[in-house]
Amino acid sequence: MAETTLQRTALHEVHLGAGARMVEFAGWEMPVLYQGVQGEHLAVRSRAGLFDLSHMGEIWVRGPGCFSWVQGLVTNDLEAIEPFRAMYTCMTDPQGKVLDDLLVYRFPDEVLLVVNASNREKIAAWMENHLPASGVEMEDRSLATSLLAIQGPRAQELLAPLTQTALGEIGYYRFVRGKVAGLEAIISRTGYTGEDGFELYVDWDAGPRLWEALMAQCPGLAPVGLGARDTLRLESGYALYGHELTEEITPLDAGLGWVVKLDGAEFIGRSALLHQKSEGVRRTIVGFEMEGRAIPREGFQVFHEGNSIGRVTSGTFSPTLQKGIGLAIVEGHVRAAGTPLEIEIRARRCPARVARPPFVRGSVRRG
Amino acid sequence: MIPEDLRYTEEHEWIRQEGELLVVGVTHFAQDQLGDIVFVELPEVGKQLQAGGTFGVVESVKTVSDLFVPVSGEVADRNQRLLEDSPDFEPALINSDPYGAGWMIKIKPEKPGDANGLLSAQAYAEHIEGEE
Repeated sequence: MAETTLQRTALHEVHLGAGARMVEFAGWEMPVLYQGVQGEHLAVRSRAGLFDLSHMGEIWVRGPGCFSWVQGLVTNDLEAIEPFRAMYTCMTDPQGKVLDDLLVYRFPDEVLLVVNASNREKIAAWMENHLPASGVEMEDRSLATSLLAIQGPRAQELLAPLTQTALGEIGYYRFVRGKVAGLEAIISRTGYTGEDGFELYVDWDAGPRLWEALMAQCPGLAPVGLGARDTLRLESGYALYGHELTEEITPLDAGLGWVVKLDGAEFIGRSALLHQKSEGVRRTIVGFEMEGRAIPREGFQVFHEGNSIGRVTSGTFSPTLQKGIGLAIVEGHVRAAGTPLEIEIRARRCPARVARPPFVRGSVRRG
Repeated sequence: MIPEDLRYTEEHEWIRQEGELLVVGVTHFAQDQLGDIVFVELPEVGKQLQAGGTFGVVESVKTVSDLFVPVSGEVADRNQRLLEDSPDFEPALINSDPYGAGWMIKIKPEKPGDANGLLSAQAYAEHIEGEE
């Protein structure tokens, strides 16, 4: 096993008690599965599942000018969100390459950034290096925060009895402060599965109590690990940092132009991205579905009309569709749904077709 | 749990003598580690296999695992039910019945008696205890 000690969430013992298989992820010991990836995946699509996401990073920014300072670090237009709304965005370096993709939560007087576990230390250091001389303060509360997500078409129905908050009134990408199972929480209607659901931010120590309360009081709620989290997000066409997004890729390369607002406020990387846009974006992320049962995996070459055009960034066997699906970064603009491709799987070129994500449409509210 | 009458490899294959042929599959431990099997690649009948090389792959949703050749020989048969173009395609047999209906290939060994050099049930049990 690894020489360095892995970090554990507050729910470590809970996971072991639930029969989880634990694996290393981004320096944390996390549950990859409980009863099985396919079963957990299908439970989220048909009912609801519960995820421990406490490894993710939560960085608060406060003080006069905090909001416009954060705007200067991210590609999306934060003026478009009023308090108690969240926004998905990238944070880029001066070359426009992606440092992370993240959620920005706008509070009346402060901002919460929720970042990938794998980038937490990098982003915290980046932000510290860009702090103005005075006024703005940041606080990394990642190790003081537990985060659970309840996701699935029945998530609201199952969660409602545990809170006084009117969940039905929380729109998509909106959040409130409230209580769940008597515990103070930020309740946000966000997620990474393509299903309706909520992400619940509580104090670190409250994590296990929240989990136990949900498992005890929500019939049919299934514990879900990182294995199914990945198959769910891939079916929904969502990017995963380290795969579709890296420091070699700009948001425009990755098809995330919709989170890059070049006409608005200045942000780090804006001029590089303006330049790239004016030169023409040469790469794109495409989704594809395999014709047979062969499973595409990260790094496999992608061919179009016999030419190598790129590589797979994420691939899996879709539990819902029962076929291989994936995302690939490719040169040019092979984009039309149905375009034939070949994926080279262990020296064999296997037929596939371009499919525009989402591969599976879930219950997530749109707007 | 670990059938006594079989031989094993450190890569979690089992081997059963059936007349002059050796039947090969993966163990309960292997299928449990892999999770739900969704795809299998097996060699064509007639292919020559070298001990220590690979003869195919077995895939779950998350993982691809090589299958290792236990003894050199020729592929005499393969389990059609594990192949995707079969009308009875059911790769999950490897999970539900790893020692029976989930068998993978039959090898006609180059040297009869080669299987005797493989691990006994006892030795395999000790091996997996070390891995857990």
